[in-house]
Amino acid sequence: MMTEFKETNMDFEIRSMDSICVNESRREHKWYGAIVYMLFGIFFGIVLVKSEAVSWFRIQEMFRLGSFHMYGLIGSAVLTGIVSVWLIRKCGIRSADGEEIRIQKRSFNRGQIIGGFIFGLGWAVTGACPGPLFALIGSGATTILLALLSAVAGTWVYGRWRERLPH
Amino acid sequence: MIEFLSQPWPWYISGPLIGIMVPALLLVGNKAFGISSSLRHICAACLPANIPFFKYDWKKERWNLFFVMGILLGGVVSVALLPPVVHLQIDPKVAADLYVQGITNQEGLVPEQLFGWQHLFSLRNLLMLVGGGFMIGFGSRYAGGCTGGHAIFGLSTLQLPSLIATCCFMIGGFAMTHLVLPYILSL
Repeated sequence: MMTEFKETNMDFEIRSMDSICVNESRREHKWYGAIVYMLFGIFFGIVLVKSEAVSWFRIQEMFRLGSFHMYGLIGSAVLTGIVSVWLIRKCGIRSADGEEIRIQKRSFNRGQIIGGFIFGLGWAVTGACPGPLFALIGSGATTILLALLSAVAGTWVYGRWRERLPH
Repeated sequence: MIEFLSQPWPWYISGPLIGIMVPALLLVGNKAFGISSSLRHICAACLPANIPFFKYDWKKERWNLFFVMGILLGGVVSVALLPPVVHLQIDPKVAADLYVQGITNQEGLVPEQLFGWQHLFSLRNLLMLVGGGFMIGFGSRYAGGCTGGHAIFGLSTLQLPSLIATCCFMIGGFAMTHLVLPYILSL
C-alpha cells in the first residue's frame, strides 16, 4: 500500500491531487508578468476588507445564522464564476497568451470530507480563511501573522505525514 | 463616492467582484483561482525537507505568491488610502450573544480582546490563533483547497468534490461555533 502510493506519487500526480496548481501556463513568463497577479491580489484584498469578509464578527454572524451577508457574498461570487466560466467554455475564449483555457477535473477523495471539516473548525475559530489571513495582516491586525505562520506549519505537517492519512 | 467607499460594501456588489477573479485569472494567464496553495509553495520554497509533497518547481507557481502578497497589500491600501469603514453593524442578537460570551468590545474587524497584542499571552488567545491557524493550513491542504479553491473556483467550475468540501467547511464551522467555541471563549 505504502509503496504503491509512493510509486504513483509523481510530481504531476501530487499536483493533480491538489489540482490547484496543475493549470499552469506552459509559456515562460518574464518576472514582471507576475506584477499583474499582484495587482489582482490588491484588488481582491480591498474587496475582502471592504465587504467585511475578513471580519471575525461577520464569520460568527454567518455561523450563527444572524445575517444573509456572507451567504449572499459567497453565493453571488459563485454565480458570477459559474456564468463567466460557462461563457468562456461556450465561446471558446482563449487566454491572453492564446492558450486554450484548461480546467482540471477534480476527483473525490476522503480528504475533502475530513480535511474540509478540520478547515471549517479553523475558519470559525480564527474568523478567517487563507485569503483574509493575508488581508487582515495588511489591514493592521498583525497578530494574525501568528495564525498565518501556524497555517504554513499545518500545511507542512500535512505534507510530511500525508501518506499515513486516509484519502 | 467617498461616502460609498467608507461604507461596508453590500454583498451584491462585493460578491460579483470576488467571483470575477475566476475568469480574470483564467483569461490573463490560464491560472486557477486559489489561495491556500500559496502556503504549500512557501513550504516548498523554505523547508522542502526532501518531502515528496514539497518537491516540485515552486517557481513555476510564483504567480500565486505574488497574488497573496497583493492581497496583503490590498489590506494595507484599504485602511491607509481608502476612507475608514464607519462601523461594523452585525446582527443585534449575535452581538448580544457574543457579549454574554465575553466579547464586550465589538469594534474593528477582529475583536481586540482576542487578537490584540496586549491580550496575546493568554491560553485562550494563543490557542485560537495558533490552533486555528494550524487547522486552516492542515485542513485546506488535506481537502485540496480552501474557500477560494473549492467554494469559489471549484463551485464555479461545477465540480462535485468541491461541493462536498464546501459543505464540510460549513459543517466544521457550525460545529466549532456552537459546540466548541463557547468553551474556548470561557477559558
